[in-house]
Amino acid sequence: MSDETKPGLKSPLRRKLLMGMAALPAVSMLGRPAFADVPATSAVNTTGLAVTDSEVTVGILHSVTGTMAISETGSVEAEKLAIEQINAAGGVLGRKIKFIQEDGASDWPTFAEKAKKLLVNDKCAAVMGCWTSASRKAVLPVFEQYNGMLYYPTFYEGLEQSKNVIYTGQEATQQIIAGLDWVNKTKGAKSFYLLGSDYIWPRTSNKIARKHIENHLQGCKVVGEEYFPLGSTQFNSVINKIKLTKPDVIYAIIVGGSNVAFYKQLKAAGIDLSKQTLLTISVTEDEIDGIGGENIAGAYACMKYFQSLDNPNNKAFVPAFKKMWGEKTVIGDVTQAAYLGPWLWKLTVEKAGSFDIDKIAAASPGVEFKGAPEGYVRIHENHHLWSKTRVGRAKADGQYELIYETADLVEPDPFPKGYQ
Amino acid sequence: MFGDYSISDLGAILAMQGFAGLILFSVYVLMALGLAIIFGQMGVINMAHGEFMILGAYVTWMTSNAVQHVAPWLFPGYFFIAMILAFIASGALGMLVEWALIRHLYKRPLDTLLATWGLSLILQQAYRSIFGAREVGVELPEWMMGSLQATDSIQIPINGMFVMALTMLITIAVAYVLFWSSWGKQVRAVVQNRVMAGAVGINTEKVDRYTFGLGCGIAGIAGSAFTMIGSTGPTAGQLYIVDTFLVVVFGGAASLFGTIASAFSISQTQSTLEFFLSGSMAKVITLLTIVAILMVRPQGLFALKVRK
Repeated sequence: MSDETKPGLKSPLRRKLLMGMAALPAVSMLGRPAFADVPATSAVNTTGLAVTDSEVTVGILHSVTGTMAISETGSVEAEKLAIEQINAAGGVLGRKIKFIQEDGASDWPTFAEKAKKLLVNDKCAAVMGCWTSASRKAVLPVFEQYNGMLYYPTFYEGLEQSKNVIYTGQEATQQIIAGLDWVNKTKGAKSFYLLGSDYIWPRTSNKIARKHIENHLQGCKVVGEEYFPLGSTQFNSVINKIKLTKPDVIYAIIVGGSNVAFYKQLKAAGIDLSKQTLLTISVTEDEIDGIGGENIAGAYACMKYFQSLDNPNNKAFVPAFKKMWGEKTVIGDVTQAAYLGPWLWKLTVEKAGSFDIDKIAAASPGVEFKGAPEGYVRIHENHHLWSKTRVGRAKADGQYELIYETADLVEPDPFPKGYQ
Repeated sequence: MFGDYSISDLGAILAMQGFAGLILFSVYVLMALGLAIIFGQMGVINMAHGEFMILGAYVTWMTSNAVQHVAPWLFPGYFFIAMILAFIASGALGMLVEWALIRHLYKRPLDTLLATWGLSLILQQAYRSIFGAREVGVELPEWMMGSLQATDSIQIPINGMFVMALTMLITIAVAYVLFWSSWGKQVRAVVQNRVMAGAVGINTEKVDRYTFGLGCGIAGIAGSAFTMIGSTGPTAGQLYIVDTFLVVVFGGAASLFGTIASAFSISQTQSTLEFFLSGSMAKVITLLTIVAILMVRPQGLFALKVRK
């Protein structure tokens, strides 16, 4: 990649240079966008997408109403921030990004319908959206039929790959294996109690975790595995079972409102997370806001991003986010992954030199984003991201403290052999 | 599964499991009481019951924030203030809703289902617009968290005990109001025969309004108490609505004692099964049992004998 891929944020000097250069031809080419290297629309858009000489339209498709609004709000905010920053840095191929936002309303058929609207009526050049796997599964046929491009931000269970989707969150093996290895090695953990909400992501993830514990970790065993209906608020019985079996590690993949109930009751039952190791892959800073930092302090989380990460990209990203959305907002793993979507799309479009979906899909593998708040990421052949996996420890103030990170980027493996 | 454990271990677990069952029982009674009054006494199917609870939870959250800012020394006891405010807020909203919506539908009980369901959606979106889509964390005073160390191995959650005590108090209060006060007699008279009650000089409109308000107010207290054990978000009320109706219907509408008996049997079945099976299976078996019993006894466990 040339230095084209560097985000404008990081190089004010280059931006000044570009703007200076841009001013020269603008004199002779009135009415055209004020950039030297703006290619003709007919050349970069051969399939009738919503691209004009000065603008390109993308879609944002999340739930801002209904149950999932709790989780998806952060993603919407991150995507809008990225779009604003990209526009401030000159747009994509010289075109400003305009977005059309649709509400999936936490209802999967609505997601499919709105996806169709964004692709067919609005001709969006890309769509940033979806959060739950159910919503993604609902829109996938639409994106494949109408040949759209979806940037999907959530960590998820894997077992999927599509030409029309870029998965900017981690798939299950990336998130799970490194964390289990870490807890086994540094905590000497031998027995695991697996918990989850009862739907596809926790079940698939725990399946991978169990295979890894039983087949790859010496002398380790699973002493319990349990699922609770989504929305369960009573965990006293399982907490008693945990007390009885005394596992070295509680491995929890509980989501939504249940999360709050689970951690509050765990604390009320006298399980002290500074002594009992608990590893979760479902609690980001966003969730801690609802749980209350004092209820979860001491728990470990394994994911790829924490708001507290200490690197220059993140130090620019966090204040920018707070400036746009308020001092009190927190940034979780998925929010950061959502932020990557528009940037990766911009970089891919510039690499392909075209907005055409087929060219973007083909150009995606190998695209690097050096300005990612989580650090360097790169798109894999399978349209997932190479990324580092990190373990953080929850503090009472609602932030994670980084404890461990993998030395290298972890390869995404959506169809893991031996784990299915 | 018990082979590897010592007798004292098992004893401790049994005791704690017993408490888990009792806590679940109290939670069920507390969330069903308000509905038992509204659905049981008035025949209104209030689908917005959960949202009235969440209003109580948000009031608690606001009280907690206000107290921390204005009078930090009050913080250890703020929860009691919050519960009273929650009762007032939910009760007032309930009376407003009764006046604006429900009173036009007393002759069409099934339509109350649709109307209140619509109301629940409106309230959810209102919470989302006012308080934001994200969950809020309600901070509790230190003494309400953690557990009582009964013996070396038995720990009893303090918030569970708190809910139990609160439930007992409110149940007794409600029973007193409904069965022994003169206002309670008026309520029951209106429920049994509205026209006659009106004819003997009872202001039926007023009775209806206060009854609905009381039911919603109790929902508010329940919501306030549940901030200790559950989440507070715009849609969190949905988590409770199904269980609540289950308890009330299974107990037999119009019977306060039935509500308590049904809460007891459901909670004990649920928590025992949860211990021996997994959470999801426990729920499935509990629901199947309830369905089977309701097929044999459609009127629920305890039904009032009324001449039709």
